[in-house]
Amino acid sequence: MKNDLQFDFTVDKPAKTVYITREFDADLSLVWDAYTKQEILDQWWAPKPWSSKTKVMNFEVGGRRFYAMVSPEGLERWSVQKYTSITPKSNFKIFNSFADKDENPELPGSEWDLSFSEQNGTTKVSVTIYNDSLERMEKMIEMGFKEGFTMTLNGLEELLASLSGK
Amino acid sequence: MRRDIFQAIADPTRRAIIALIAMQAMTPNAIADNFDTTRQSVSKHLRILTECELVRQEQQGREIYYSLEIDKMKEVDEWLNQFRKIWEIRYNQLDDVLSTLKKQKK
Repeated sequence: MKNDLQFDFTVDKPAKTVYITREFDADLSLVWDAYTKQEILDQWWAPKPWSSKTKVMNFEVGGRRFYAMVSPEGLERWSVQKYTSITPKSNFKIFNSFADKDENPELPGSEWDLSFSEQNGTTKVSVTIYNDSLERMEKMIEMGFKEGFTMTLNGLEELLASLSGK
Repeated sequence: MRRDIFQAIADPTRRAIIALIAMQAMTPNAIADNFDTTRQSVSKHLRILTECELVRQEQQGREIYYSLEIDKMKEVDEWLNQFRKIWEIRYNQLDDVLSTLKKQKK
């Protein structure tokens, strides 16, 4: 089933922009909730075995989500996402920055634009991430992911490969 | 000045050069033959690629041959793949969450 669903990932380095498009086998309102309700977001936002812990979230223009990615060892990487624009069930925009545990942002951040549309029960989500600097874009990966996370990913990939080989 | 490796691959001509010399080491003249631009412009691209350590030069007789630094290219690839993977996994998890939510609604 998942194979039928479109997944596009494009990095445009000169434009300092990443484009991520994905289709989901669910109606628009459910997908919208998954992105905008704290209790659902925390279930999928962090790639396992990391977990997502939202401390504050008020989904309204001027509001924010202050959350951490928590490693299996308990290491916390905090980020703040400020909601700069919301068009219900259609689009919202975020200003995203890394932060310390006291919510002091590390600038520069990145601008996110998320668009939602439904066709025949399939919902398409297009995410555009624009970074002020190339260094910031590279940091997105390095922060919190470089050591533990990617090693875990590699381990996972091997595990899946060995499982599917059986 | 240390150049940004991603700036190096951002340019379409440089990407084409990379694709060309990935097959075999080539002289600047042989590379330039594949493009409509001037020899000078190809030299500039080769210089940037060399500064980023994406290509290496080798003297063979009177000619300089350019070839690809495979390991360096892998680094670029890995970086992009890591980021892509984060989103892939995240979205596969969302698939599961959505399917659970749909069942709960019924």
